[in-house]
Amino acid sequence: MSVNWRNISLFAALFVALGMVWTFQSPTLALTIVNMGLISAIMALGVNMQWGYAGIFNVGIMGFTAVGGLAAVLISMPPVGAAWSAGAFGAILGLMIGAATIFAAVLVTRRMVPGWPRMLTLIAVLGVGWTLNRAVFVPAINAIEAVNPASEGYLGGLGLPVLLAWPVGALLAAGAAWMVGKIALGLRSDYLAIATLGISEILISVLRNETWLARGVKNVTGIPRPLPGPAEVRQQDWLPGLADTLGWSVNQTAQVVVQLGYATLFLIVLGLLIWLAEKALNSPWGRMMRAIRDNETAARAMGKDVTKRHLGIFVLGSATCGLAGAMMVTLDGQLVPTAYEPLRFTFLIWVMVIVGGSGNNWGSVLGGILIWFLWVQVEPAGRWLIDVATIWLGEDSALRAHLLGNAAHMRLLTMGLAMLLVLRFSPRGLIPER
Amino acid sequence: MDPINAFVLLANFVLVPALAYGSQLALGALGVTLVYGILRFSNFAHGDFMAFGTMVVILTTWVLQAAGIGLGVLPTALLALPVGIVALALYALAAEKLVFGFYRRQRVKPVVLVMASIGVMFVTNGIVRLIIGPGDQRFEDGGRFIFSVREFREWSGLAEGLALRTAQGITIVVALVVMVALFWFLNRTRTGKSMRAFSDNEDLALLSGINPDRVVRVTWILAAALAVVAGTLYGLDKGFRPFTYFQLLLPIFAAAIVGGLGNPMGAIAGGYLVAFSEMTITYAWRRFLGHLLPEGWTPEGLAQILSVDYKFAVSFAILVLVLIFRPTGLFRGKAV
Repeated sequence: MSVNWRNISLFAALFVALGMVWTFQSPTLALTIVNMGLISAIMALGVNMQWGYAGIFNVGIMGFTAVGGLAAVLISMPPVGAAWSAGAFGAILGLMIGAATIFAAVLVTRRMVPGWPRMLTLIAVLGVGWTLNRAVFVPAINAIEAVNPASEGYLGGLGLPVLLAWPVGALLAAGAAWMVGKIALGLRSDYLAIATLGISEILISVLRNETWLARGVKNVTGIPRPLPGPAEVRQQDWLPGLADTLGWSVNQTAQVVVQLGYATLFLIVLGLLIWLAEKALNSPWGRMMRAIRDNETAARAMGKDVTKRHLGIFVLGSATCGLAGAMMVTLDGQLVPTAYEPLRFTFLIWVMVIVGGSGNNWGSVLGGILIWFLWVQVEPAGRWLIDVATIWLGEDSALRAHLLGNAAHMRLLTMGLAMLLVLRFSPRGLIPER
Repeated sequence: MDPINAFVLLANFVLVPALAYGSQLALGALGVTLVYGILRFSNFAHGDFMAFGTMVVILTTWVLQAAGIGLGVLPTALLALPVGIVALALYALAAEKLVFGFYRRQRVKPVVLVMASIGVMFVTNGIVRLIIGPGDQRFEDGGRFIFSVREFREWSGLAEGLALRTAQGITIVVALVVMVALFWFLNRTRTGKSMRAFSDNEDLALLSGINPDRVVRVTWILAAALAVVAGTLYGLDKGFRPFTYFQLLLPIFAAAIVGGLGNPMGAIAGGYLVAFSEMTITYAWRRFLGHLLPEGWTPEGLAQILSVDYKFAVSFAILVLVLIFRPTGLFRGKAV
């Protein structure tokens, strides 16, 4: 592979921009952008696998990241013993009844001949299953939610190290994606888009409403950290010396050290993923995926099982998003279901992929960090812009105050413009596919 | 056993709200399906188009209210509708000129147009939130009820009451008028016929001398008009909030797909189907069953199949069922 100076200079420019934030704003802000940017880059990488390699149009990214985030709670939070003894059996039995009902319904649909008898059997199976499920499940979850509702009221997790949640998050997201893919893949791209949009909304509403699972809108906070926090770093005897050398306060130094720690963790994961993704893209498998993307009919004629391959890559890409979701919850230390908003967690990732260059892993990474950088920085810039543009209205103008109050939404406008401009004038993105 | 009270109860909590909601969805789905049938892509910006148009209607309503102009018992927003339609039509035409037209001339794959519509969605969303803010806005005025629960009880002497809010009544009437007008336009006028021809077979339509630019323009104007009417009616009924309008995208698309994308009749049927399913599945049937079943048989729980929070799941489930059993929709749509 020859050295591509254009790409290197793009990354260098991004690095310089971050350096300017570091110097002129604050090192912590720069690192906050970097950390979230790295996570965004992983999400973009996942979407790029689906769209860039295989041409699958998935707008349910938010759902898969949320499922990944759920894993962080389920793995790392300490179990709530009282809740387990109060209703875990019923809750799990109820879930199993639900799953068995769906399985039976699928069997009925598959095995019986179409017609009225099948319809009636199906309705009967669903009706019985639902009634049984309610009878077992509802009392159990009520019992769970009654256990110390102010701070617990849920089953808790397994109390395992939080880093384990990352692969588990990927697995959970993969499971969800497998179910969606089974239903919606092989249909037209528009249908898949709507179906994924729907499933992501449903996953979020499950997270919001199933209080017994992860406390719903009451949020789970204080998720264990994989790294020592600033308070513990401050205790170290080498820290004051380091702070003196840098000329920073001890607090800031400790914070920067912690953030650098997370950045390193994320970089390792991202590096590993990129390495795997590049290997896969350049393997026979990657060539086959691109062949399917570029001409499905031809690929099918060559004996490739297009639907199965699509399912595979859909699951892989969604698992990557789930991994990123688990990482994000780990970074935040909390799961806040109401924070999941499709514009931010689905469509912004799409902007990253398009701007970065679909089909190119490095493009997704660049797009992920760059767009996240803009997303953070556009808000103050937008406020300043409105401030300057409306100065003629006078200091006490109501319109001016109103626009300034809403200035945060400039970022949506800017992201949309960025996406439209790139799509129009450079449809292959900043780092085009090779 | 008290079937009359049971029916009134059902009408009050399920039938009337579902009829109103279904009309709103049907109008939205008509816009989506028109764009899909003629311009051949799923317009993800439709929800935000609705929000944009409704925003203009709200602002105009406020101006009218300040000037003391109103319609008496009817909401002032009806007067403001034309302004919203003109504004959104201009906006949609601008989007066509600046964004969509370029890709159409390139004859790109439909998914690229969908992508572009996501960009437009972002921009529109940003504009709406910048101008009116992300919060709730209520702009309903005039008489609140056509008849209220109390009036109905006094009139009928029944135990259960039935109310018809002005917003619901207007929604049903306006939706009916708009649908009839649309079908008249598509089936009877020259422009409407050329649009249907264009939708059926683009190349043949071009050969017979139909001006594609004109067809595209008219489609956008119609879609804009439908979006504004749907958005305003929804806003009158349930209040305006930009994010809610974005979320309407899912039931609207479900309605359009269930009916068969590109098929106007299907969009209407789909809209009502989605609305009625959503309402019946999230409704707590306890009191209804209490009226119908013999004394003492009333179920203990709410007899609710799904909690209201999962209403998205209903649209989604309908969508999935249709996709599995009849992929082109109930009224045979088109596949691009």
